[in-house]
Amino acid sequence: MRFQQIDQFAAELKADTRAAVYDGSKKGHEKRTKLLFDEFPDANRLRQIAGEVKQHVVENLDTYLPQVEAKLKANGVIVHWAATAEAANQAVLGIMRARGATKMVKAKTMVSEETELAHFLEKHGMEALETDLGEFIVQIDGDHPSHIVKPIIHKNRREIATSFEQNGLGAYNDDPQTITRRARNFLRHKYLEADVGLTGANFVSAESGRLVLVTNEGNSRFCLAATKCHIAMVGIEKIVPRDYDLALFLNLLARSGTAQELTVYTEFISGPKSPTQPDGPEEMHVIFVDNGRTEVLASDCRDILRCIRCGACLNVCPVYRQASGHAYRSVYPGPVGAVLSPLLMKEKFPQKADLPKASTLCGACHEVCPVNIPIPDLLLRLRNRAKEENVPSPGTPPMGAWALLASQPTAWKASLFGGKIINYLPTKLLPIPALRAWEAKRSLPEWRGGEFRRWLKTRKSRAD
Amino acid sequence: MSSADDRESILSRVRGALAPLHERAAMPDYTTEISVMRAMMGSRDALTVFTERIALVNGLALTDPAALVARLRENQWLCGYCDPALWPSLAPYFGADFKVDTAYDRKRVDDYAFGITRAAAAIAETGTIVLNDATTSRRLAALTPWVHIAVVERARIFADLPEAVAALGPDSNVIWVTGPSKTADVEGILIEGVHGPGIQIALVV
Repeated sequence: MRFQQIDQFAAELKADTRAAVYDGSKKGHEKRTKLLFDEFPDANRLRQIAGEVKQHVVENLDTYLPQVEAKLKANGVIVHWAATAEAANQAVLGIMRARGATKMVKAKTMVSEETELAHFLEKHGMEALETDLGEFIVQIDGDHPSHIVKPIIHKNRREIATSFEQNGLGAYNDDPQTITRRARNFLRHKYLEADVGLTGANFVSAESGRLVLVTNEGNSRFCLAATKCHIAMVGIEKIVPRDYDLALFLNLLARSGTAQELTVYTEFISGPKSPTQPDGPEEMHVIFVDNGRTEVLASDCRDILRCIRCGACLNVCPVYRQASGHAYRSVYPGPVGAVLSPLLMKEKFPQKADLPKASTLCGACHEVCPVNIPIPDLLLRLRNRAKEENVPSPGTPPMGAWALLASQPTAWKASLFGGKIINYLPTKLLPIPALRAWEAKRSLPEWRGGEFRRWLKTRKSRAD
Repeated sequence: MSSADDRESILSRVRGALAPLHERAAMPDYTTEISVMRAMMGSRDALTVFTERIALVNGLALTDPAALVARLRENQWLCGYCDPALWPSLAPYFGADFKVDTAYDRKRVDDYAFGITRAAAAIAETGTIVLNDATTSRRLAALTPWVHIAVVERARIFADLPEAVAALGPDSNVIWVTGPSKTADVEGILIEGVHGPGIQIALVV
């Protein structure tokens, strides 16, 4: 392999896909900034406080987890624990079998993407239908989501219309409204036939045991209005200390994710339905999933566990915009994925050690993060880990010559002058493959070696 | 491994991971006032702000049941469900051209063009209506019809999110609904009425 995997993927990306991802993410980001900063006098303070709250939770999970478990049980919820993806899937299967259930409707949950729950259940003879429009399209296509919040950002309407046609959902029609109506008509009967509704949770309040779920389409509400059994798969880091904190986080989540003040549906669930309510689950299960999170907690990158999965760092990232989500080969793309995905690989870390390197460290992800995660710092720590573990780094030019020059002032000065030769050389013909590949898509700026030194020597001090 | 074994292994790994920390991050002392849109609301009353904000999310606030009925008739939304507790006070506004059931039949999900249910409250700041299990007669009736009408008392409009969070109460299910159901999954184009209502109306009484 000549390049790192992520670079290779980005280089081969279809122009259509790149354009779809670039436009989609850019639009999301621009609206977000306006909304946050027009409405709050000090939006950055919101991010800092929210970050401190989540860091506090992460560093006190040993207290919060038993607390939230006790609260959930008191609310009539059955609590399960799953150390691995396999255990989480088995827990869901066990609940379904115990109820004689065969049909599940599923809302969007990132943790069930991690465990590949739908595939697992289908393999065991269950129907597990994705109900979020984007996830539904991904499912009928046999594709993977490429964005945390906008799973089909990489697809255009023509591809979607074709797969609807192939799946018996009407003759080819690429009007987004028609596509949406067809999904509506198909799915509403599926909800009503289903035995079990599966969701994730955006937040869980340790104080009350309330699960908070946000959606725009209303699919998770439909799951919880039509079925008699609710299963929630929840990552162990999803806790906030108090109900009081929810106002702050809800104000940040939708603004950061989709540039809305609030998502359309924000649901607070603290147990099975009330006895007087005819619709909704009589039985509720919460499965707390580790699947690598405790390894992240033990690492020097535990700050990433603050993440509330809004996708803002994807939308703003210059690398994500060019490479698209699938380049990250993981459920979590973009800057958050570049940190989280290699860590969740546990001992297979080297397989995804290229991801932390696919960053310019420009810091935009840190700037937009609603929980203020210092993503560039974490990327550097992971690069360092890859170096310490001697993970090969194909496509990275050797730095030895630079190190030699930089430690010898005379040689350095000579090279600054001698570098001018580059202005006259046909660099496209240089026999260094990495440099040639770089040049294929970009052109080198003119060599202006020594400018800084000249400026430093002749500048007037500020006192003058 | 059973769930109990997994519980022990997860908790012991959590404790092990946190043991080397000399100091744990403290919970910050803050007030949710920092996340309230104070400038937008000014000194206006809650109903004025609510009416403006629900319109911004493509919902609609009405105060006159006759206006609601006129709108339903104009769009030929003539078949619907109404919470039996609300129907006696609303029936006089509906003409004989309407067919309104006070029992919701889930087998007839596609027949109901509108559903009228009570809301527990509203939130002015975001144009949100608040439903809960105690007040909403049927979860499905507020979700499956193309039009949802939430009947909310004027005195129950909260100013902002912190106020609404403080009032969550003991109900095991509370849902905030901010405008019609929507998606932008296909090429970022906004489409309303995905799985839930395409039209969201608040009737403030």
